[in-house]
Amino acid sequence: MATHSGSLYRRRQIGSMIALSLCGIATVVGLVFLVWILWTTLIHGLSALSLSLVTEMTPPPGEDGGGLANAFMGSLLMVVLAVIIGTPIGVLAGTFLSEFSRGKKIGEAIRFANDILLSAPSIIIGLFVYELVVRPTSRFSGFAGGIALAFIFLPVVVRTTDEMLRLVPDVMREAALSLGIPRWKVTVNILYRAASTGILTGILLAIARISGETAPLLFTALNNQYWSLDMSQPMANIPVVIFQFAMSPYEQWQNLAWAGAFVMTAIVLLLSVGSRAILNRRNAK
Amino acid sequence: MSEATASLPATAAGVKRRDGAAGDRIFYWIVLGCGLFVLVALFAAAFSMVWDGFLAFRTFGFGFLTGMEWDPVAQRFSGLVPIYGTLVTSALAMIIGVPVSLGIAVFITEVAPRSIRGPIGGAIELLASIPSIIYGMWGLFTFAPFMSDYVQPVLIDWLGPIPVIGALFSGAPLGIGMLTSGIVLAIMIIPFVSSVMRDVFLVVPAQLKESAYALGSTKWEVVRDIVIPHTRTAVVGGIFLGLGRALGETMAVTFVLGNTHNIAVSLMEPGTSIAATLANEFAEASDDLYRSSLSALGLILFVVTFIVLAVAKLMLVRMARQRGE
Repeated sequence: MATHSGSLYRRRQIGSMIALSLCGIATVVGLVFLVWILWTTLIHGLSALSLSLVTEMTPPPGEDGGGLANAFMGSLLMVVLAVIIGTPIGVLAGTFLSEFSRGKKIGEAIRFANDILLSAPSIIIGLFVYELVVRPTSRFSGFAGGIALAFIFLPVVVRTTDEMLRLVPDVMREAALSLGIPRWKVTVNILYRAASTGILTGILLAIARISGETAPLLFTALNNQYWSLDMSQPMANIPVVIFQFAMSPYEQWQNLAWAGAFVMTAIVLLLSVGSRAILNRRNAK
Repeated sequence: MSEATASLPATAAGVKRRDGAAGDRIFYWIVLGCGLFVLVALFAAAFSMVWDGFLAFRTFGFGFLTGMEWDPVAQRFSGLVPIYGTLVTSALAMIIGVPVSLGIAVFITEVAPRSIRGPIGGAIELLASIPSIIYGMWGLFTFAPFMSDYVQPVLIDWLGPIPVIGALFSGAPLGIGMLTSGIVLAIMIIPFVSSVMRDVFLVVPAQLKESAYALGSTKWEVVRDIVIPHTRTAVVGGIFLGLGRALGETMAVTFVLGNTHNIAVSLMEPGTSIAATLANEFAEASDDLYRSSLSALGLILFVVTFIVLAVAKLMLVRMARQRGE
């Protein structure tokens, strides 16, 4: 009897060891893929990096040389437009959720809609902005691309602003209001200042997210072979150029795609790792 | 404003008070407007696809959901092929991704020494920051050749001859196709699913776990019989969150699925998904019916992801409430 129960216990222990080892293997698998993807991007990207990347335009098919200057510029312009549109709306909507919707149904509804927007397929946003901007103006444009990115940027900012403001202790609000300061001044001068790091981090995270977005730009900004700063015209941008070049049979185009992919990934990872580090440091405090 | 101000010169205080009140009213309307903007944006996005997809639904009726034809030249469109591709690749992603995510979450919360928990969790979350198009390029240039050289031949040799399931693994090792897309999608959803699981595993009351250990449970039994049942709701929520991502993933799938309008039993075959079809064809869709059909596909994708994400959200909210009580 004793031996039997002993062997059963040993069997359970062994089973537990096996299951936990499998969990360890799963983690290793995840890490292997992470390293593999980053390594591939690094190796292909580094070999294609050159100064002409930021000084020359995208080359015609089959030609040597060329760079991605017009695409970098287009991406920059559209991201800036998205930030200009998305930041004020996002911060104010987040303010509404945190400060003015406590216990109201409308706040729950907006939070729900925002979470859906946050995880919705980005290509759907592209379709929506196509209907909203491209079709009425009957042309693809940098504006349409920027607006599409703004819709992806917005929910990230709304959510982080909401969360960061809710972390500000109520004592602060009460103290400020008891001095007779109007509520809007309390919000703008005191609460925003208290939550400023968090809100800025949210904006950085959102920029990281839109910097690599391809799908919504495919039929809003489209592409442009030439240097163009005109936001009302189709506009080159890194993700769509990468897509076009990587899928092409031309070797030079594929090299440029890898170089663009490498730079884009580096920027996105720096932004997201940096902003997470700031957040973690604050939470640790 | 309190009674105390009444003793001050009435004019100054009165003006001030009115200022504050007016400012507050204006500020309230501004933030309310921005909040409602988010709500309106979601409705407008849905409405725009209904509006634009209407022509396709009116022309093809319910046949749009069941037909296999996709012929821009003959103006005949139907959605079953991309719908099928979307569902199969997402299902594969869940079958592969969920167990791995669970393993990672258990490893981080129960097995790993405290000092490496943070770094490992952070590294896995990095997978979520990598842009989708990078997954696509890596999938096409690195992972697909790897699959066709090393993985697929083995699957075809070993699993192909088995009756019934053999059909899934027959054909040529092309590298790209349903299986490769499913694996790439699985890697992409792992960070989302495992981070939700990890967060809820961490808040399981220590007393529950300690009681089980005191009764002689092994570590795995505690995970299986205490931790997972206790966090069931949120775990399902996290899985649905991953599913919502997998269904709508565009660029990665566009690179590795092959973009061919066909349905095949074999997972080695190329196919297409709703998102990949939109990405490839929308900019070139010149006539109204073609574009309307693409929008109708977009609407189907939107409705399905909306339902999936709504379920995920409800589950996670319910879990948070339970914890709050």
